[in-house]
Amino acid sequence: MRQTVHTIIPNLIETHHQRLVDNWLATQKRDGLVGGQITEDQLAEQSRRFLAELRQGVAGGQFDDISGPEWDSTRSLLDTIATERAVQGFSPSETAVFVFSLKEPLFELLRQEIQDVDTLARENWVASLLIDKLGMHTVEVYQKGREEVIRRQQEELIELSTPVIQLWDAILALPLIGTLDSARTQTVMESLLERIVSSGAEVAIIDITGVPTVDTLVAQHLIKTVSAARLMGADCIISGIRPQIAQTIVHLGLELDVVSKATMADAFALALRRVGKGVVERAKPQPPQDGE
Amino acid sequence: MAGEIPILQIGDCLLVSIQVDMHDRLAMALQDDLTVRIVQSRARGVMIDISALEIVDSFIGRMLNNIAGMSRVLDAVTVVVGMRPAVAITLVELGLTLTGVRTALNVDKGLAMIRRIIDDGERGAGAGRG
Amino acid sequence: MAVLTSDDVVRVRQAVRANAIKAGFSLVDQTKIVTAASEIARNTVDYGGGGTLLIELLREGARHGLKLTFADQGPGIPDLERAMTDGYTSGNGLGLGLSGAKRLCNEFAIKSTPGSGTIVSLARWR
Repeated sequence: MRQTVHTIIPNLIETHHQRLVDNWLATQKRDGLVGGQITEDQLAEQSRRFLAELRQGVAGGQFDDISGPEWDSTRSLLDTIATERAVQGFSPSETAVFVFSLKEPLFELLRQEIQDVDTLARENWVASLLIDKLGMHTVEVYQKGREEVIRRQQEELIELSTPVIQLWDAILALPLIGTLDSARTQTVMESLLERIVSSGAEVAIIDITGVPTVDTLVAQHLIKTVSAARLMGADCIISGIRPQIAQTIVHLGLELDVVSKATMADAFALALRRVGKGVVERAKPQPPQDGE
Repeated sequence: MAGEIPILQIGDCLLVSIQVDMHDRLAMALQDDLTVRIVQSRARGVMIDISALEIVDSFIGRMLNNIAGMSRVLDAVTVVVGMRPAVAITLVELGLTLTGVRTALNVDKGLAMIRRIIDDGERGAGAGRG
Repeated sequence: MAVLTSDDVVRVRQAVRANAIKAGFSLVDQTKIVTAASEIARNTVDYGGGGTLLIELLREGARHGLKLTFADQGPGIPDLERAMTDGYTSGNGLGLGLSGAKRLCNEFAIKSTPGSGTIVSLARWR
Protein backbone atom coordinates (compact mmCIF):
# COMPACT_ATOMS: atom_id res chain seq x y z
CA MET A 1 0.00 0.00 0.00
CA ARG A 2 1.65 3.20 -1.09
CA GLN A 3 0.49 5.94 1.17
CA THR A 4 2.26 9.11 2.02
CA VAL A 5 2.30 9.18 5.79
CA HIS A 6 2.23 12.47 7.68
CA THR A 7 5.21 12.36 9.91
CA ILE A 8 7.78 14.74 11.26
CA ILE A 9 10.49 12.10 11.25
CA PRO A 10 12.15 13.50 8.09
CA ASN A 11 12.40 16.92 9.73
CA LEU A 12 13.77 15.53 12.95
CA ILE A 13 16.40 13.44 11.22
CA GLU A 14 17.35 16.44 9.09
CA THR A 15 17.63 18.84 12.00
CA HIS A 16 19.31 16.55 14.51
CA HIS A 17 21.40 14.55 12.09
CA GLN A 18 24.71 14.88 13.87
CA ARG A 19 23.24 14.09 17.28
CA LEU A 20 21.66 10.94 15.85
CA VAL A 21 24.94 9.76 14.33
CA ASP A 22 26.84 10.28 17.56
CA ASN A 23 24.21 8.53 19.67
CA TRP A 24 24.00 5.62 17.28
CA LEU A 25 27.74 5.08 17.33
CA ALA A 26 27.74 5.26 21.11
CA THR A 27 24.93 2.67 21.26
CA GLN A 28 26.71 0.31 18.94
CA LYS A 29 29.93 0.58 20.90
CA ARG A 30 28.11 -0.01 24.13
CA ASP A 31 26.41 -3.11 22.70
CA GLY A 32 29.67 -4.55 21.46
CA LEU A 33 28.84 -4.23 17.80
CA VAL A 34 32.28 -2.86 17.20
CA GLY A 35 35.53 -4.76 17.42
CA GLY A 36 36.36 -8.10 15.95
CA GLN A 37 36.43 -7.74 12.19
CA ILE A 38 35.26 -4.17 12.08
CA THR A 39 37.07 -1.13 13.39
CA GLU A 40 35.45 1.87 14.98
CA ASP A 41 36.31 4.01 11.99
CA GLN A 42 34.79 1.56 9.55
CA LEU A 43 31.66 1.32 11.66
CA ALA A 44 31.43 5.11 11.86
CA GLU A 45 31.82 5.25 8.10
CA GLN A 46 29.05 2.72 7.47
CA SER A 47 26.72 4.34 10.01
CA ARG A 48 27.24 7.79 8.54
CA ARG A 49 26.62 6.59 5.01
CA PHE A 50 23.50 4.76 6.04
CA LEU A 51 22.07 7.73 7.90
CA ALA A 52 22.77 10.00 4.93
CA GLU A 53 20.78 7.64 2.73
CA LEU A 54 18.05 7.39 5.34
CA ARG A 55 17.70 11.17 5.30
CA GLN A 56 17.10 11.10 1.58
CA GLY A 57 14.84 8.11 1.75
CA VAL A 58 12.51 9.51 4.39
CA ALA A 59 12.36 12.81 2.53
CA GLY A 60 10.52 10.89 -0.16
CA GLY A 61 7.65 10.41 2.25
CA GLN A 62 7.22 6.74 1.49
CA PHE A 63 7.28 4.72 4.71
CA ASP A 64 5.14 1.73 3.86
CA ASP A 65 7.04 0.37 0.95
CA ILE A 66 10.80 0.50 0.48
CA SER A 67 10.80 -1.06 -2.97
CA GLY A 68 10.10 2.21 -4.76
CA PRO A 69 12.57 4.57 -6.46
CA GLU A 70 12.85 6.86 -3.40
CA TRP A 71 14.59 4.05 -1.58
CA ASP A 72 16.72 2.79 -4.47
CA SER A 73 19.99 4.26 -3.27
CA THR A 74 19.32 3.23 0.31
CA ARG A 75 18.70 -0.37 -0.70
CA SER A 76 21.75 -0.28 -2.88
CA LEU A 77 23.85 0.99 0.02
CA LEU A 78 22.49 -1.73 2.28
CA ASP A 79 23.47 -4.30 -0.33
CA THR A 80 26.99 -2.87 -0.41
CA ILE A 81 27.27 -2.81 3.38
CA ALA A 82 25.93 -6.36 3.58
CA THR A 83 28.51 -7.52 1.05
CA GLU A 84 31.33 -5.67 2.82
CA ARG A 85 30.32 -7.22 6.11
CA ALA A 86 29.98 -10.68 4.56
CA VAL A 87 33.57 -10.37 3.42
CA GLN A 88 34.50 -9.27 6.94
CA GLY A 89 32.93 -12.45 8.24
CA PHE A 90 29.60 -11.15 9.50
CA SER A 91 26.47 -13.27 9.14
CA PRO A 92 23.42 -11.69 7.45
CA SER A 93 21.59 -11.45 10.75
CA GLU A 94 24.52 -9.57 12.26
CA THR A 95 24.21 -7.06 9.45
CA ALA A 96 20.49 -6.82 10.12
CA VAL A 97 21.25 -6.14 13.79
CA PHE A 98 23.39 -3.23 12.62
CA VAL A 99 20.27 -1.71 11.06
CA PHE A 100 18.01 -2.57 14.00
CA SER A 101 20.41 -0.95 16.46
CA LEU A 102 19.37 2.40 15.02
CA LYS A 103 16.02 2.08 16.74
CA GLU A 104 17.23 2.95 20.19
CA PRO A 105 18.86 6.31 19.34
CA LEU A 106 16.02 7.14 16.96
CA PHE A 107 13.33 6.48 19.55
CA GLU A 108 15.36 8.48 22.05
CA LEU A 109 15.44 11.38 19.60
CA LEU A 110 11.69 11.19 19.10
CA ARG A 111 11.08 11.05 22.83
CA GLN A 112 13.17 14.15 23.36
CA GLU A 113 11.57 16.17 20.59
CA ILE A 114 7.91 15.16 20.76
CA GLN A 115 5.78 16.26 23.69
CA ASP A 116 2.40 14.87 22.83
CA VAL A 117 2.06 11.23 23.95
CA ASP A 118 -0.22 10.15 21.09
CA THR A 119 2.00 11.73 18.46
CA LEU A 120 5.04 10.10 20.04
CA ALA A 121 3.40 6.68 19.98
CA ARG A 122 2.43 7.08 16.34
CA GLU A 123 5.83 8.33 15.22
CA ASN A 124 7.54 5.53 17.14
CA TRP A 125 5.45 3.03 15.25
CA VAL A 126 6.25 4.56 11.86
CA ALA A 127 9.96 4.60 12.67
CA SER A 128 9.86 1.04 13.96
CA LEU A 129 8.15 -0.32 10.86
CA LEU A 130 10.58 1.44 8.58
CA ILE A 131 13.67 0.16 10.32
CA ASP A 132 12.23 -3.35 10.45
CA LYS A 133 11.78 -3.28 6.68
CA LEU A 134 15.28 -2.02 6.09
CA GLY A 135 16.74 -4.66 8.37
CA MET A 136 14.74 -7.43 6.68
CA HIS A 137 15.98 -6.26 3.32
CA THR A 138 19.56 -7.19 4.16
CA VAL A 139 18.54 -10.74 5.07
CA GLU A 140 16.41 -11.17 1.96
CA VAL A 141 19.15 -10.00 -0.35
CA TYR A 142 21.53 -12.50 1.18
CA GLN A 143 19.04 -15.32 0.72
CA LYS A 144 18.42 -14.50 -2.90
CA GLY A 145 22.16 -14.50 -3.49
CA ARG A 146 22.40 -18.04 -2.11
CA GLU A 147 19.48 -19.19 -4.21
CA GLU A 148 21.23 -17.89 -7.30
CA VAL A 149 24.36 -19.88 -6.43
CA ILE A 150 22.32 -23.05 -5.97
CA ARG A 151 20.52 -22.52 -9.25
CA ARG A 152 23.78 -22.11 -11.10
CA GLN A 153 25.22 -25.22 -9.53
CA GLN A 154 22.13 -27.17 -10.53
CA GLU A 155 22.56 -26.06 -14.12
CA GLU A 156 26.18 -27.11 -14.14
CA LEU A 157 25.24 -30.47 -12.70
CA ILE A 158 22.72 -31.06 -15.45
CA GLU A 159 25.23 -30.13 -18.11
CA LEU A 160 27.86 -32.45 -16.69
CA SER A 161 25.49 -35.38 -16.74
CA THR A 162 24.58 -35.30 -20.42
CA PRO A 163 27.65 -36.13 -22.47
CA VAL A 164 27.27 -36.63 -26.22
CA ILE A 165 29.69 -39.11 -27.70
CA GLN A 166 30.72 -39.47 -31.31
CA LEU A 167 30.82 -43.16 -32.13
CA TRP A 168 31.69 -42.82 -35.78
CA ASP A 169 31.70 -40.28 -38.56
CA ALA A 170 28.03 -39.53 -38.68
CA ILE A 171 26.87 -41.40 -35.59
CA LEU A 172 26.36 -39.89 -32.16
CA ALA A 173 25.51 -41.62 -28.90
CA LEU A 174 23.72 -40.01 -25.99
CA PRO A 175 23.70 -42.12 -22.82
CA LEU A 176 21.05 -40.79 -20.48
CA ILE A 177 21.60 -41.36 -16.79
CA GLY A 178 18.84 -40.59 -14.34
CA THR A 179 15.34 -39.30 -14.79
CA LEU A 180 14.33 -37.12 -17.66
CA ASP A 181 12.39 -34.06 -16.50
CA SER A 182 11.56 -31.02 -18.57
CA ALA A 183 14.57 -28.97 -17.45
CA ARG A 184 16.91 -31.85 -18.22
CA THR A 185 15.23 -32.45 -21.58
CA GLN A 186 15.94 -28.86 -22.57
CA THR A 187 19.64 -29.27 -21.81
CA VAL A 188 19.76 -32.66 -23.51
CA MET A 189 18.16 -31.26 -26.65
CA GLU A 190 20.51 -28.31 -26.74
CA SER A 191 23.63 -30.46 -26.30
CA LEU A 192 22.50 -33.04 -28.83
CA LEU A 193 21.45 -30.56 -31.50
CA GLU A 194 24.62 -28.54 -31.18
CA ARG A 195 26.65 -31.72 -31.58
CA ILE A 196 24.62 -32.71 -34.63
CA VAL A 197 25.49 -29.38 -36.21
CA SER A 198 29.18 -29.55 -35.35
CA SER A 199 29.66 -33.18 -36.34
CA GLY A 200 27.23 -33.42 -39.24
CA ALA A 201 25.75 -36.52 -37.65
CA GLU A 202 22.94 -38.35 -39.39
CA VAL A 203 22.12 -40.84 -36.67
CA ALA A 204 21.82 -40.31 -32.93
CA ILE A 205 21.57 -43.27 -30.58
CA ILE A 206 19.80 -42.37 -27.36
CA ASP A 207 20.59 -44.96 -24.73
CA ILE A 208 18.15 -45.16 -21.85
CA THR A 209 19.75 -48.00 -19.88
CA GLY A 210 20.38 -45.50 -17.08
CA VAL A 211 16.84 -44.17 -17.01
CA PRO A 212 15.02 -45.89 -14.12
CA THR A 213 11.41 -45.58 -15.30
CA VAL A 214 9.70 -44.63 -18.50
CA ASP A 215 6.24 -43.23 -17.93
CA THR A 216 4.06 -41.03 -20.13
CA LEU A 217 5.96 -37.87 -19.21
CA VAL A 218 9.40 -39.36 -19.82
CA ALA A 219 8.13 -40.78 -23.11
CA GLN A 220 6.92 -37.32 -24.10
CA HIS A 221 10.32 -35.86 -23.34
CA LEU A 222 11.99 -38.58 -25.39
CA ILE A 223 9.68 -37.97 -28.34
CA LYS A 224 10.42 -34.24 -28.15
CA THR A 225 14.13 -34.92 -28.28
CA VAL A 226 13.73 -37.32 -31.19
CA SER A 227 11.54 -34.84 -33.09
CA ALA A 228 14.00 -32.04 -32.56
CA ALA A 229 16.88 -34.18 -33.83
CA ARG A 230 14.82 -35.15 -36.88
CA LEU A 231 14.22 -31.49 -37.71
CA MET A 232 17.99 -31.17 -37.82
CA GLY A 233 18.18 -34.01 -40.30
CA ALA A 234 19.31 -36.71 -37.87
CA ASP A 235 17.43 -39.94 -37.32
CA CYS A 236 17.27 -41.39 -33.84
CA ILE A 237 17.50 -44.89 -32.49
CA ILE A 238 16.64 -45.60 -28.89
CA SER A 239 18.66 -48.31 -27.23
CA GLY A 240 18.84 -49.84 -23.78
CA ILE A 241 15.21 -50.89 -23.59
CA ARG A 242 15.01 -53.24 -20.65
CA PRO A 243 12.23 -55.86 -20.61
CA GLN A 244 10.31 -54.04 -17.87
CA ILE A 245 10.50 -50.82 -19.85
CA ALA A 246 9.19 -52.58 -22.95
CA GLN A 247 6.27 -53.90 -20.89
CA THR A 248 5.51 -50.49 -19.39
CA ILE A 249 5.52 -48.89 -22.81
CA VAL A 250 3.01 -51.37 -24.17
CA HIS A 251 0.96 -51.21 -20.97
CA LEU A 252 0.66 -47.44 -21.11
CA GLY A 253 -0.09 -47.60 -24.81
CA LEU A 254 2.79 -45.28 -25.55
CA GLU A 255 3.47 -44.71 -29.21
CA LEU A 256 7.20 -44.26 -29.57
CA ASP A 257 7.44 -43.34 -33.21
CA VAL A 258 11.09 -44.29 -33.40
CA VAL A 259 13.14 -47.43 -33.87
CA SER A 260 14.22 -48.96 -30.61
CA LYS A 261 16.73 -51.65 -29.82
CA ALA A 262 17.56 -53.59 -26.70
CA THR A 263 21.28 -52.93 -26.74
CA MET A 264 23.64 -50.20 -27.85
CA ALA A 265 25.46 -52.81 -29.94
CA ASP A 266 22.36 -53.55 -31.99
CA ALA A 267 21.66 -49.86 -32.32
CA PHE A 268 25.20 -49.19 -33.50
CA ALA A 269 25.00 -51.97 -36.09
CA LEU A 270 21.78 -50.48 -37.42
CA ALA A 271 23.26 -47.00 -37.42
CA LEU A 272 26.25 -48.18 -39.46
CA ARG A 273 23.93 -49.70 -42.02
CA ARG A 274 21.95 -46.48 -42.17
CA VAL A 275 24.98 -44.39 -42.99
CA GLY A 276 26.16 -46.97 -45.49
CA LYS A 277 29.07 -48.34 -43.55
CA GLY A 278 29.88 -51.80 -42.32
CA VAL A 279 32.35 -53.78 -40.25
CA VAL A 280 34.78 -55.90 -42.25
CA GLU A 281 36.27 -59.19 -41.17
CA ARG A 282 40.04 -59.16 -41.49
CA ALA A 283 41.86 -62.20 -42.78
CA LYS A 284 43.84 -62.68 -39.55
CA PRO A 285 42.94 -61.02 -36.26
CA GLN A 286 45.84 -58.80 -35.23
CA PRO A 287 46.90 -58.98 -31.58
CA PRO A 288 48.04 -55.66 -30.12
CA GLN A 289 51.62 -54.81 -31.10
CA ASP A 290 54.16 -53.37 -28.72
CA GLY A 291 53.32 -49.88 -27.82
CA GLU A 292 49.81 -50.04 -29.33
CA MET B 1 10.16 -13.15 -59.33
CA ALA B 2 9.46 -13.69 -55.64
CA GLY B 3 10.34 -10.18 -54.56
CA GLU B 4 13.52 -10.39 -52.53
CA ILE B 5 13.72 -14.17 -52.46
CA PRO B 6 15.76 -15.66 -55.30
CA ILE B 7 15.01 -19.15 -56.63
CA LEU B 8 18.04 -20.90 -58.08
CA GLN B 9 18.08 -23.94 -60.27
CA ILE B 10 20.72 -26.64 -59.77
CA GLY B 11 20.21 -29.43 -62.26
CA ASP B 12 16.72 -30.71 -61.66
CA CYS B 13 16.45 -29.09 -58.22
CA LEU B 14 15.24 -25.70 -57.16
CA LEU B 15 17.03 -24.00 -54.27
CA VAL B 16 15.35 -21.28 -52.26
CA SER B 17 17.39 -19.47 -49.65
CA ILE B 18 15.31 -17.48 -47.18
CA GLN B 19 17.52 -14.70 -45.90
CA VAL B 20 15.08 -12.13 -44.64
CA ASP B 21 12.57 -12.01 -41.85
CA MET B 22 9.58 -12.52 -44.13
CA HIS B 23 6.32 -10.74 -43.77
CA ASP B 24 3.14 -12.35 -44.96
CA ARG B 25 2.92 -10.89 -48.47
CA LEU B 26 6.41 -12.08 -49.25
CA ALA B 27 5.64 -15.58 -47.99
CA MET B 28 2.53 -15.83 -50.16
CA ALA B 29 4.44 -14.53 -53.17
CA LEU B 30 7.13 -17.15 -52.61
CA GLN B 31 4.60 -19.97 -52.54
CA ASP B 32 3.04 -18.83 -55.79
CA ASP B 33 6.32 -18.24 -57.58
CA LEU B 34 7.74 -21.57 -56.49
CA THR B 35 4.78 -23.46 -57.83
CA VAL B 36 5.14 -21.76 -61.18
CA ARG B 37 8.87 -22.43 -61.28
CA ILE B 38 8.47 -26.10 -60.39
CA VAL B 39 6.17 -26.57 -63.36
CA GLN B 40 8.33 -24.46 -65.67
CA SER B 41 11.57 -26.22 -64.83
CA ARG B 42 10.07 -29.69 -64.29
CA ALA B 43 12.08 -29.81 -61.10
CA ARG B 44 12.18 -33.08 -59.17
CA GLY B 45 13.44 -31.55 -55.97
CA VAL B 46 12.86 -28.37 -53.97
CA MET B 47 15.33 -27.36 -51.30
CA ILE B 48 14.46 -24.62 -48.86
CA ASP B 49 17.40 -23.24 -46.93
CA ILE B 50 16.24 -21.70 -43.66
CA SER B 51 19.65 -21.38 -42.04
CA ALA B 52 19.19 -17.61 -41.84
CA LEU B 53 15.84 -17.82 -40.09
CA GLU B 54 15.95 -17.10 -36.38
CA ILE B 55 12.22 -17.67 -35.97
CA VAL B 56 9.86 -20.20 -37.47
CA ASP B 57 6.32 -19.68 -36.26
CA SER B 58 3.12 -21.45 -37.24
CA PHE B 59 2.70 -19.15 -40.23
CA ILE B 60 6.06 -20.09 -41.70
CA GLY B 61 5.33 -23.68 -40.77
CA ARG B 62 2.11 -23.49 -42.75
CA MET B 63 4.02 -22.04 -45.68
CA LEU B 64 6.54 -24.87 -45.62
CA ASN B 65 3.80 -27.46 -45.43
CA ASN B 66 1.98 -25.80 -48.33
CA ILE B 67 5.10 -25.79 -50.45
CA ALA B 68 5.68 -29.45 -49.66
CA GLY B 69 2.11 -30.28 -50.52
CA MET B 70 2.17 -28.44 -53.82
CA SER B 71 5.46 -29.89 -54.89
CA ARG B 72 4.35 -33.41 -54.00
CA VAL B 73 1.38 -32.98 -56.31
CA LEU B 74 3.86 -31.93 -58.96
CA ASP B 75 5.98 -35.02 -58.23
CA ALA B 76 8.82 -33.14 -56.59
CA VAL B 77 10.51 -33.80 -53.25
CA THR B 78 10.80 -31.00 -50.70
CA VAL B 79 13.70 -30.83 -48.26
CA VAL B 80 14.14 -28.13 -45.65
CA VAL B 81 17.74 -27.60 -44.64
CA GLY B 82 19.72 -25.58 -42.14
CA MET B 83 17.26 -25.36 -39.30
CA ARG B 84 18.90 -23.75 -36.28
CA PRO B 85 18.94 -25.74 -33.02
CA ALA B 86 17.05 -23.03 -31.11
CA VAL B 87 14.39 -23.06 -33.83
CA ALA B 88 14.10 -26.85 -33.77
CA ILE B 89 13.67 -26.88 -29.99
CA THR B 90 11.05 -24.14 -30.18
CA LEU B 91 9.13 -25.87 -32.96
CA VAL B 92 9.01 -29.08 -30.97
CA GLU B 93 7.79 -27.18 -27.92
CA LEU B 94 5.25 -25.34 -30.06
CA GLY B 95 3.92 -28.68 -31.20
CA LEU B 96 4.32 -27.86 -34.85
CA THR B 97 4.72 -30.86 -37.13
CA LEU B 98 6.08 -30.30 -40.59
CA THR B 99 4.13 -32.95 -42.43
CA GLY B 100 5.52 -34.21 -45.68
CA VAL B 101 8.59 -32.06 -45.21
CA ARG B 102 11.89 -33.84 -45.07
CA THR B 103 14.77 -32.22 -43.28
CA ALA B 104 18.52 -32.32 -43.65
CA LEU B 105 21.35 -30.59 -41.88
CA ASN B 106 22.70 -28.56 -44.80
CA VAL B 107 22.54 -28.02 -48.54
CA ASP B 108 25.01 -30.80 -49.33
CA LYS B 109 23.15 -33.43 -47.37
CA GLY B 110 19.88 -32.06 -48.68
CA LEU B 111 20.95 -32.51 -52.29
CA ALA B 112 22.23 -36.02 -51.50
CA MET B 113 18.90 -36.85 -49.91
CA ILE B 114 16.94 -35.58 -52.91
CA ARG B 115 19.18 -37.60 -55.22
CA ARG B 116 18.65 -40.76 -53.17
CA ILE B 117 14.90 -40.36 -53.08
CA ILE B 118 14.61 -39.62 -56.79
CA ASP B 119 16.89 -42.53 -57.70
CA ASP B 120 15.04 -44.93 -55.41
CA GLY B 121 11.80 -43.69 -56.88
CA GLU B 122 13.11 -44.30 -60.37
CA ARG B 123 14.27 -47.77 -59.50
CA GLY B 124 10.98 -48.58 -57.87
CA ALA B 125 9.04 -47.38 -60.88
CA GLY B 126 11.32 -49.26 -63.28
CA ALA B 127 10.95 -52.54 -61.40
CA GLY B 128 7.21 -52.17 -61.32
CA ARG B 129 5.03 -51.30 -58.33
CA GLY B 130 6.28 -53.30 -55.37
CA MET C 1 3.89 -0.18 -29.76
CA ALA C 2 1.28 -0.42 -32.49
CA VAL C 3 0.50 -3.80 -33.98
CA LEU C 4 -1.57 -3.07 -37.06
CA THR C 5 0.01 -4.52 -40.16
CA SER C 6 2.04 -7.55 -41.10
CA ASP C 7 5.11 -5.30 -41.22
CA ASP C 8 4.41 -4.57 -37.56
CA VAL C 9 4.58 -8.30 -36.86
CA VAL C 10 8.18 -8.21 -38.04
CA ARG C 11 8.80 -5.15 -35.87
CA VAL C 12 7.25 -6.91 -32.89
CA ARG C 13 9.68 -9.81 -33.33
CA GLN C 14 12.63 -7.45 -33.44
CA ALA C 15 11.49 -5.48 -30.40
CA VAL C 16 10.80 -8.59 -28.34
CA ARG C 17 14.15 -10.07 -29.36
CA ALA C 18 15.99 -6.91 -28.30
CA ASN C 19 14.25 -6.90 -24.93
CA ALA C 20 14.82 -10.61 -24.39
CA ILE C 21 18.51 -10.03 -24.93
CA LYS C 22 18.39 -7.16 -22.43
CA ALA C 23 16.77 -9.47 -19.90
CA GLY C 24 19.66 -11.87 -20.34
CA PHE C 25 17.71 -14.73 -21.92
CA SER C 26 19.57 -17.66 -23.48
CA LEU C 27 19.26 -18.05 -27.24
CA VAL C 28 16.68 -20.80 -26.91
CA ASP C 29 14.59 -18.78 -24.46
CA GLN C 30 14.82 -15.75 -26.75
CA THR C 31 13.62 -17.82 -29.68
CA LYS C 32 10.72 -19.18 -27.65
CA ILE C 33 9.35 -15.87 -26.51
CA VAL C 34 9.86 -14.18 -29.88
CA THR C 35 8.03 -17.05 -31.58
CA ALA C 36 5.18 -16.81 -29.06
CA ALA C 37 5.01 -13.05 -29.62
CA SER C 38 4.91 -13.61 -33.37
CA GLU C 39 1.92 -15.92 -33.01
CA ILE C 40 -0.08 -13.52 -30.86
CA ALA C 41 0.92 -10.48 -32.92
CA ARG C 42 -0.39 -12.24 -36.00
CA ASN C 43 -3.67 -12.97 -34.27
CA THR C 44 -3.93 -9.36 -33.24
CA VAL C 45 -3.47 -8.20 -36.82
CA ASP C 46 -5.48 -10.87 -38.60
CA TYR C 47 -8.37 -11.42 -36.20
CA GLY C 48 -8.29 -8.51 -33.81
CA GLY C 49 -8.28 -5.76 -36.40
CA GLY C 50 -5.00 -4.45 -35.07
CA GLY C 51 -4.00 -3.46 -31.55
CA THR C 52 -1.12 -2.67 -29.26
CA LEU C 53 1.75 -4.38 -27.51
CA LEU C 54 3.28 -3.44 -24.19
CA ILE C 55 6.69 -4.88 -23.37
CA GLU C 56 7.83 -4.92 -19.75
CA LEU C 57 11.08 -6.07 -18.23
CA LEU C 58 10.38 -7.90 -14.99
CA ARG C 59 12.64 -8.18 -11.98
CA GLU C 60 12.02 -10.25 -8.88
CA GLY C 61 15.15 -10.34 -6.77
CA ALA C 62 17.67 -12.24 -8.85
CA ARG C 63 15.11 -13.42 -11.40
CA HIS C 64 14.76 -11.59 -14.68
CA GLY C 65 11.72 -11.86 -16.91
CA LEU C 66 9.88 -10.38 -19.83
CA LYS C 67 6.17 -9.65 -19.99
CA LEU C 68 4.22 -8.95 -23.17
CA THR C 69 0.68 -7.64 -23.20
CA PHE C 70 -1.25 -7.63 -26.47
CA ALA C 71 -4.58 -5.82 -26.61
CA ASP C 72 -7.07 -5.29 -29.36
CA GLN C 73 -10.64 -4.03 -29.73
CA GLY C 74 -11.67 -6.68 -32.21
CA PRO C 75 -14.57 -9.10 -32.31
CA GLY C 76 -13.14 -11.20 -29.49
CA ILE C 77 -13.00 -14.98 -29.24
CA PRO C 78 -16.42 -16.57 -28.59
CA ASP C 79 -15.32 -20.00 -27.42
CA LEU C 80 -12.06 -19.50 -25.55
CA GLU C 81 -11.67 -23.08 -24.43
CA ARG C 82 -12.04 -24.43 -27.92
CA ALA C 83 -9.67 -21.83 -29.31
CA MET C 84 -7.04 -22.99 -26.86
CA THR C 85 -7.08 -26.58 -28.04
CA ASP C 86 -4.66 -27.62 -30.72
CA GLY C 87 -5.87 -27.65 -34.25
CA TYR C 88 -8.73 -25.26 -33.76
CA THR C 89 -8.82 -22.42 -36.23
CA SER C 90 -11.36 -20.00 -37.53
CA GLY C 91 -9.33 -19.04 -40.54
CA ASN C 92 -7.14 -21.29 -42.59
CA GLY C 93 -4.07 -22.74 -41.08
CA LEU C 94 -2.71 -24.85 -38.31
CA GLY C 95 -4.54 -22.93 -35.63
CA LEU C 96 -1.77 -23.44 -33.12
CA GLY C 97 -1.40 -19.78 -32.30
CA LEU C 98 -2.82 -19.61 -28.80
CA SER C 99 -2.08 -23.04 -27.39
CA GLY C 100 1.34 -23.09 -28.98
CA ALA C 101 2.24 -19.68 -27.59
CA LYS C 102 1.06 -20.80 -24.18
CA ARG C 103 3.39 -23.79 -24.25
CA LEU C 104 6.33 -21.55 -25.00
CA CYS C 105 5.78 -19.29 -22.00
CA ASN C 106 5.95 -19.62 -18.24
CA GLU C 107 2.88 -17.46 -17.69
CA PHE C 108 -0.04 -17.01 -20.02
CA ALA C 109 -3.36 -15.24 -19.52
CA ILE C 110 -6.10 -14.40 -21.96
CA LYS C 111 -9.23 -12.37 -21.55
CA SER C 112 -11.68 -12.07 -24.40
CA THR C 113 -15.15 -10.62 -24.57
CA PRO C 114 -17.08 -11.11 -27.81
CA GLY C 115 -17.70 -7.68 -29.20
CA SER C 116 -15.19 -5.76 -27.15
CA GLY C 117 -11.80 -7.26 -27.82
CA THR C 118 -9.08 -9.46 -26.47
CA ILE C 119 -6.17 -9.06 -24.09
CA VAL C 120 -3.37 -11.62 -24.06
CA SER C 121 -0.46 -11.45 -21.67
CA LEU C 122 2.59 -13.70 -21.81
CA ALA C 123 5.58 -13.83 -19.56
CA ARG C 124 8.80 -15.77 -19.60
CA TRP C 125 11.41 -15.91 -16.88
CA ARG C 126 15.09 -16.51 -17.26
